[in-house]
Amino acid sequence: MAVLPPGVSAETFAAAIKEFEAAVGKEWVFTSDEDLVPYRDHFSYIKNQPNELIPSAAVGPDSTEQVQALVRAANKHKIPLYAISTGKNFAYGGPSPNVRGSVTVDLKRMNRVLEVNDKRYYAVVEPGVSYIDLYRHIQDHNLKVWVDTPDPGWGSPIGNALDHGIGYTMGNYRDHFGAHYGMEVVLPSGEIMRTGMGALPASKSWHEYKHGFGPDPAGLFGQGNFGIVTKMGFRLMPQPEHWRTGAVMVPKRADLIPLVDTVNYLTDLAIIGEPWYGNGLAALMGNTDFREAAMGFNETVMDAQAAAAKVHSWQVELQFYGSERTTLSNWEYTKELMTRAIPNARFMDGESFKVPLSREQISKSTTPYRSNMRRNITQGVPGLGIWWMPSRSDANPNAWDETHIGLFSLIGRSGEAIFQAQKDFASVAKKLGMPSLFPNAIQTPVNWYQYAFIMGNGFGLGRSDTSPEGKKAAAAKLREVLAENAKLGYGDYRAPPMLQDDVADQYSYNNHVLRRFNETLKDAIDPNGIIMPGRAGVWPAAYRSMRGSLK
Amino acid sequence: MSAATRTAAIAALTLLFASAASAQQTAVQRGDAKFQHSCTPCHGAGVGDDGRAMLPGTDALRIKYRDAKPPVPALLEQRTDLTAPAIRAFVRNGSFSMPPFRPTELTDAEISDIAAYIADKAKRAPRR
Repeated sequence: MAVLPPGVSAETFAAAIKEFEAAVGKEWVFTSDEDLVPYRDHFSYIKNQPNELIPSAAVGPDSTEQVQALVRAANKHKIPLYAISTGKNFAYGGPSPNVRGSVTVDLKRMNRVLEVNDKRYYAVVEPGVSYIDLYRHIQDHNLKVWVDTPDPGWGSPIGNALDHGIGYTMGNYRDHFGAHYGMEVVLPSGEIMRTGMGALPASKSWHEYKHGFGPDPAGLFGQGNFGIVTKMGFRLMPQPEHWRTGAVMVPKRADLIPLVDTVNYLTDLAIIGEPWYGNGLAALMGNTDFREAAMGFNETVMDAQAAAAKVHSWQVELQFYGSERTTLSNWEYTKELMTRAIPNARFMDGESFKVPLSREQISKSTTPYRSNMRRNITQGVPGLGIWWMPSRSDANPNAWDETHIGLFSLIGRSGEAIFQAQKDFASVAKKLGMPSLFPNAIQTPVNWYQYAFIMGNGFGLGRSDTSPEGKKAAAAKLREVLAENAKLGYGDYRAPPMLQDDVADQYSYNNHVLRRFNETLKDAIDPNGIIMPGRAGVWPAAYRSMRGSLK
Repeated sequence: MSAATRTAAIAALTLLFASAASAQQTAVQRGDAKFQHSCTPCHGAGVGDDGRAMLPGTDALRIKYRDAKPPVPALLEQRTDLTAPAIRAFVRNGSFSMPPFRPTELTDAEISDIAAYIADKAKRAPRR
């Protein structure tokens, strides 16, 4: 046993472990250094450092009743708990807790798919069910519904939704927390609470009306620390009969504004799934004149060079779901709208497949779209193909991305907002003396959330120097980036524990009233502060002095 | 030992060997199912994402062993050198971008089943 929970004696901890063993069985309580290795964040910036966020123990309950028993024992002994579902939230801390020495409640054994309804289009799952598990269940039972999966499918619908994760189909399914309907939570007292219609004991519509009656606390459990979620219902997209894609290319930089306006219109009419923005300019970045123009936001020069090279300034790839005829009709309508808004727009027919696609169709690597990832995730087929990103490559055969981290700022959903963000991020990079990675005039947004854009920032920091000092310096730089971005109005939507206080600190409107509100609730609901103290910057009184201590 | 007793003992031994064989077979089958569930999304055959020819785990091992002599297959199911302790070491500790896996995801018994499955697969593979 390498560490103890803060302020807990070895005797108290031993007594707590005995009660945990009684709750879940001795074989599912892990305390040795060897057993706890997989409970560390494999990508941590502070790996093997004295402040690494490692647990003191891990426990693996198999039922809600066992979770209740664990929470009651933890309350008795004032042991901080940190719950994980599949523990695969990599880039955002993986399975590691916010407080070193917490006991990890590993919910992986609670892996039952409780219901999939392909007439009323929802599923109910436990936390240990992964996207891959849910997909296989649907396939095995020949059910006509889709899973909206994030890139790596080893995560769980519950864990991903609770960290506000995203997917790639239609807008209302892509927001995974937004697509949840009804949850069951073990509160810090050990009581079980159900949200929405689940609060009505005889309800027959728990997963069809999420608000129930009165104030709905469900949002407190997303990136929250008010309880341990043991069941959730999710809306599922009906399996469509047909999938079609098409790309729109526009010649000039300023064309992005009407392009985004038109895509927004189509998105909010539920005509298209996730739009994928890109540009044709990346190939010109090797040209010194063009690169200087892009870094300097010289639109005239950029447009002239793009025209000379016969490449388009922006593109968007669109997904249509429906029948063969309706998808074709919607693609034709899209062309009509785009031509009205941008007379010089060009179009490329993409793919047109009857659903479900065959394995050969999914694996196809010919034009127009070389990436089969899009064929997988745009129709809810979870996998791990994306894991090439942090892995070895032919160019770097003996290296991997040890500092794999996700940081994305929210941007308004317009072309003007993108242009402003590009300039703002470039100014931050310049101010902080950073090599400019994305911040220039060709950075594209992603539209994971239907109503907002997101742009990455800070990627690559720490990759060039993976020594402890190098990682520490990179983490410090990330904190500066976050702080500078926030001054300009950009906040991040997720963060690893290492940076959660920094991000939370930026949501400071009216003297941090949101944080004060959350912490007032926290102290009332969890007086001993045992449930995930520090999660998303919400610290209970017992641990509040730890705010900002992780540097 | 009477003839009847001897017959009973032989029958019992036969049953014991039969059930041992059956348990071994079951371990291979269990290992197959677990391997397909937990390992193939990264270490299986088939194309990878974003135009890559292989899935990430398979591709990483192709790169790792690209100069190995004698050659080491990129596909785990073609390996002949993967004992249960070796698999366990990789599973519990991770390697490069492969994170470690917890006992709640793969128990030690399941890792042994996977080793039995891979060994069986190697035994059945045509000699190279």
